Amino acid sequence: MNVKTPSRLEKVLAAGLLAVTSECGPPRGSDPEVIIKKADLIKDYVDAVNITDNQTSVTRLCSLAACIRLKLMGLDPVLQMVTRDRNRIALQSDILGAASFDINNILCLSGDHQSFGDCSNGQNVHDIDSMQLVQTVRHMRDQGKFLGGDDIERPPKMFVGAAANPFADPFEIRVPRLAKKIAAGTEFIQTQCIYNLDKFEEWMKRVRERGLHEKVYILAGMTPMKSAGMARYMKNRVPGMDVPDELIKRLAGVPKEKQAEEGIDICVESIERLKEVEGVRGFHIMAIEWEEKVPEIVKRTGLFPRPEIAD
Amino acid sequence: MIVADKKPIEEIIEEIKDYTTILILGCNECVTVCEAGGKKEVGILASALRMYFLNQGKDVTIDERTLERQCDHEYLEEIRDVADQYDAIVSLACGVGVQFTAEEYHTVPVIPGVNTCFLGATEARGLWTERCQACGECILARTGGICPVSRCAKRILNGPCGGSSNGKCEINKELDCAWQLIIDRLDALGKLDDYETISPIKDWSTDRAGGPRKVVREDVQL
Repeated sequence: MNVKTPSRLEKVLAAGLLAVTSECGPPRGSDPEVIIKKADLIKDYVDAVNITDNQTSVTRLCSLAACIRLKLMGLDPVLQMVTRDRNRIALQSDILGAASFDINNILCLSGDHQSFGDCSNGQNVHDIDSMQLVQTVRHMRDQGKFLGGDDIERPPKMFVGAAANPFADPFEIRVPRLAKKIAAGTEFIQTQCIYNLDKFEEWMKRVRERGLHEKVYILAGMTPMKSAGMARYMKNRVPGMDVPDELIKRLAGVPKEKQAEEGIDICVESIERLKEVEGVRGFHIMAIEWEEKVPEIVKRTGLFPRPEIAD
Repeated sequence: MIVADKKPIEEIIEEIKDYTTILILGCNECVTVCEAGGKKEVGILASALRMYFLNQGKDVTIDERTLERQCDHEYLEEIRDVADQYDAIVSLACGVGVQFTAEEYHTVPVIPGVNTCFLGATEARGLWTERCQACGECILARTGGICPVSRCAKRILNGPCGGSSNGKCEINKELDCAWQLIIDRLDALGKLDDYETISPIKDWSTDRAGGPRKVVREDVQL
């Protein structure tokens, strides 16, 4: 695959190296130090850092501003953008805003429903959906045009990603859905958190059967569990999450003060296993409010140091 | 049909408490079928209001009337000679009927007695569910006859999102995932391959986004 953008993440992937990305959730306030501290913790251990966009529909400092912070610190941010809160004018406008700071990665999402968040009485927009957002960014980048047809002066140069949830239903269309996202122009995929490794490997097998692993870079989503309680919460309360009972049992089987350590062990073991899966091109480590653990996970899985990539 | 639901009586009382002659005006169409604003509900509301004012020691006249339709000038004319005898009209029609009545009787306050909810169908006695958002550009031919605009909580045209679980929507375990229904129906029609056709960005100018809409049919105009 040729490199089409200045994205560091794209260069690592195109070089055939296992990529590592992580993510930071912006604060519920305007203190930039929160983002800067989180970024400092992980910056030497990852190739790129996602900034979430009002995740779980809880209002936070905006993804774009936090991405600019990271960019100014010399990191390669991945701008997460949901279609829930912006119409096509605002989406294109924010893409240009990001491009003006040379933010070179975007992850196109629909976003959790607003009923989960702090503004459950609000409207949602969904003028376009996540797949159409992928098309929009590719159109802006490759054609150098707005959706309305006018030329863009200095088009965005963004490496375009999308999410995939191998565990959502109906399972039989999860691979066709990936094919559809690729057809829309998706260049990299970050998956939902993987706990059911067997099911993920089955999904990857079907991905390979259609040759899709050669058309898109797939980064496996990993979130270490802090406790058995967190695992139960993820299983029962988080939409589209597949947490096997054995995993909960394993965490619950160790004393409470050791569960976090066990969670990291499970995450490390999972990465080691998934490294061997053909078509897995890297890992997206989402250590939710636990960024300080990213270096340990990256080191223990032999993914450190990260490659030097010339800008 | 247009599905409506009764407003809490306290809300209606708050709006009409200072009036002494009130007409409760029902509609014989959609709101009768969904049991929110037909002749029966007019009678029930009128009785409840009479009881309320009696308890308050207030002498208030409450009359009942149900028209064939409130969204039609012809039927609204039937109350022409009595409308201005009332301090207020409580319309149990949908929002269309309330407004048409208000336009027809410009100097009489018209108060809504129902909340207009959606375009839907009767699934079972006492259960109505949404089927259409009147977006003005029907895509049902492409989605297995199931509408993602009205039935997907994110109106996703290329679904399902990652929140679809056991055929249900992420926002409510009782709610069917529209995209699960679409996929099941495409499968039943032997058209599952159609799933991979990307639905293009929708033109919402025919929707609410384009401003108040009108349909003009010169061929049927008088």
